Amino acid sequence: MTKTFDAPLYAYSRSPDQDEGLPVRHPVVVIGAGPVGLATAVDLAQQGVKVVLLSDGDHIAKGSRAFCFGQRPLEILDRIGCGHEMMDRGLHWSKGKVFLGQREIYDFAHAEDPGHKWPAFLNLQQYALEEILITRIRDLQKQDAPIEIRGGNKVEAIGQHDDHVTLEVETPEGSYTIEADWLVACDGANSPTRRMLGIPFDGTMFEDNFLIADIEMTTDRPAERWFWFDPPFNQGQSALLQKQPDNLWRIDLQLGPDIDKEQEARPENVTSRLRSMLGDEASFTLKWASVYSFQCCRMENFIHGRTIFAGDSAHQVSPFGARGANAGLQDADNLAWKLKLVLEGGAPAALIQSYHIERACSADENMQNSVNATEFITPKSETSRILRDAVLTLAKDYDFARSMVNSGRLTTPSNYDTSPLNSADALAGPDMSRPGSRCPDAPLGDHYLLDVLGNGFTLLTIDADAPDSVTENDVIVKRLALSARDDISRTLTRQFLGDCPSAVYLIRPDQHIAARRESYDDLQFRAALRRATGKE
Amino acid sequence: MSENQTAPLVLTQNLDDADGFYAALVNAHTGLTKSQSDALNARLLLILANQIGDTVLLRAAINKARTEPNSQNSI
Ligand SMILES: Cc1cc2nc3c(=O)[nH]c(=O)nc-3n(C[C@H](O)[C@H](O)[C@H](O)COP(=O)(O)OP(=O)(O)OC[C@H]3O[C@@H](n4cnc5c(N)ncnc54)[C@H](O)[C@@H]3O)c2cc1C
Repeated sequence: MTKTFDAPLYAYSRSPDQDEGLPVRHPVVVIGAGPVGLATAVDLAQQGVKVVLLSDGDHIAKGSRAFCFGQRPLEILDRIGCGHEMMDRGLHWSKGKVFLGQREIYDFAHAEDPGHKWPAFLNLQQYALEEILITRIRDLQKQDAPIEIRGGNKVEAIGQHDDHVTLEVETPEGSYTIEADWLVACDGANSPTRRMLGIPFDGTMFEDNFLIADIEMTTDRPAERWFWFDPPFNQGQSALLQKQPDNLWRIDLQLGPDIDKEQEARPENVTSRLRSMLGDEASFTLKWASVYSFQCCRMENFIHGRTIFAGDSAHQVSPFGARGANAGLQDADNLAWKLKLVLEGGAPAALIQSYHIERACSADENMQNSVNATEFITPKSETSRILRDAVLTLAKDYDFARSMVNSGRLTTPSNYDTSPLNSADALAGPDMSRPGSRCPDAPLGDHYLLDVLGNGFTLLTIDADAPDSVTENDVIVKRLALSARDDISRTLTRQFLGDCPSAVYLIRPDQHIAARRESYDDLQFRAALRRATGKE
Repeated sequence: MSENQTAPLVLTQNLDDADGFYAALVNAHTGLTKSQSDALNARLLLILANQIGDTVLLRAAINKARTEPNSQNSI
């Protein structure tokens, strides 16, 4: 693994843009080769949108960082062509234990939904995900997809104009200027783009620090998520131990807000902390450790003129709940199809605004989750601690109290309930497929529903008549006709029909539901499509 | 569930044995230190809350408890 850390996977090489007299204009420039920038670029390119990705680095992240991926982000990665690799390399887990001090208080198992192709969670180091995404870019390039990744390209200055952005890019061979119709800034928590445009990132709800370590350890310990409240080896704080692929184990020790970071990061201090956690007999090798500081906050607006922020540049939360990179992947998913439609003239620029509305709502939800978990894990008042301890004590014996134990609610898919792209619900169907929600997966013979949705709009009909395709102002919707008669597992019926005899769904390119009713109505359907593309 | 669909907070006598309940509550704390007592109160509160189960009703009770007796002001 150390090999890949240092190998330049996208080394600097001179671009023809650098030898042009005038700045070359690109439809989309993405800054940043973290998971979010890479996913955004792949998504755009696979939909035929020309994209240039600039990164000041040339290799994948050091250390595991974000390593727990939820079902929805896994579905997104599958849609953008990385599913196989994720499935092959990721580690599936579903069980966990919760400790108070040294004492186990209970264990749990996530219910897996057999109707879904993807499990609730898969663990894979962030660097492995980045490697998979870069491989995907290389594959797309072999198929002549319009995607470029430029390593060693550091964005130094940004100029905003009414209909484009100018970027000054520093390279080992000097600087050059390019232009973009749209700029997507996926340049991380310290976003230089944010700073260069003078956009504040305030409203911090709180800050915290974690000692994060990857250790190599051969052990027959099960692949479970173990969480400690107030363990003897990290008093007053929390600890997390989880398995990653390749005999790597991930440890997160919460350190609290006021610490000496340098002191904490010293290898001898890290090792002695890990020793007291794992015991003197444990044999392990420390592979990577980092003191990770974060703030819990988001930008007020994710869109500034022609610059759009996605991932950590737009929002940050605590690692409790694995919501950081998972949220960023959903940003990419939400944005790519909108940019495509706007660039191709199929939708007004107003459609982009819905990206902010939908994703800021999710960011707020993630931040609230982060705040709740932190209050439970490190109570701020004496009374809060008394209540927390009472919950933990009761949780040992009683199921009702377990539901109150909050060691970080793991990431769940965003549902865009208040989105302006939704049409009013016109089906008395199941709640889980209401307008705004992500389309639930379902088995269809030897494949799955999400596999066949593709990258465009879909008209899903279940035992309802409808045209095979509908075109409205350049936007094409393809029909997918299914029947409850073929629904052996009853998943389709349970998730899309409920007690209704038939149903018609309008599904967005990002696999969220925009509208539904019992039967096809041309006028209503076209109105729903216009609304879903920002035209109403 | 909306506020008006929920049964309102009962603020008239509802206990079948008010004296008995109060004595049991006080007696439960006999011999406990302050921190043991605090923990007991917290456990009791959580058990009762789960029994009620209705968040709207529980929020109404929390708000009521935050209001100082003999005044309409919140603490
Ligand atoms: C030490 C550490 C531990 C973490 N642990 C966890 C965890 O346990 N769980 C979790 O969910 N999340 C964790 N995170 C957060 C997680 O890594 C991020 O949420 C995720 O990486 C966000 O992805 P991103 O693509 O938005 O940004 P990043 O991955 O930060 O990528 C930013 C990219 O922008 C590039 N860039 C920056 N400035 C410029 C410039 N001027 N020009 C060109 N390129 C530029 C960088 O080189 C980089 O490629 C951790 C982060 C760190 C640093």
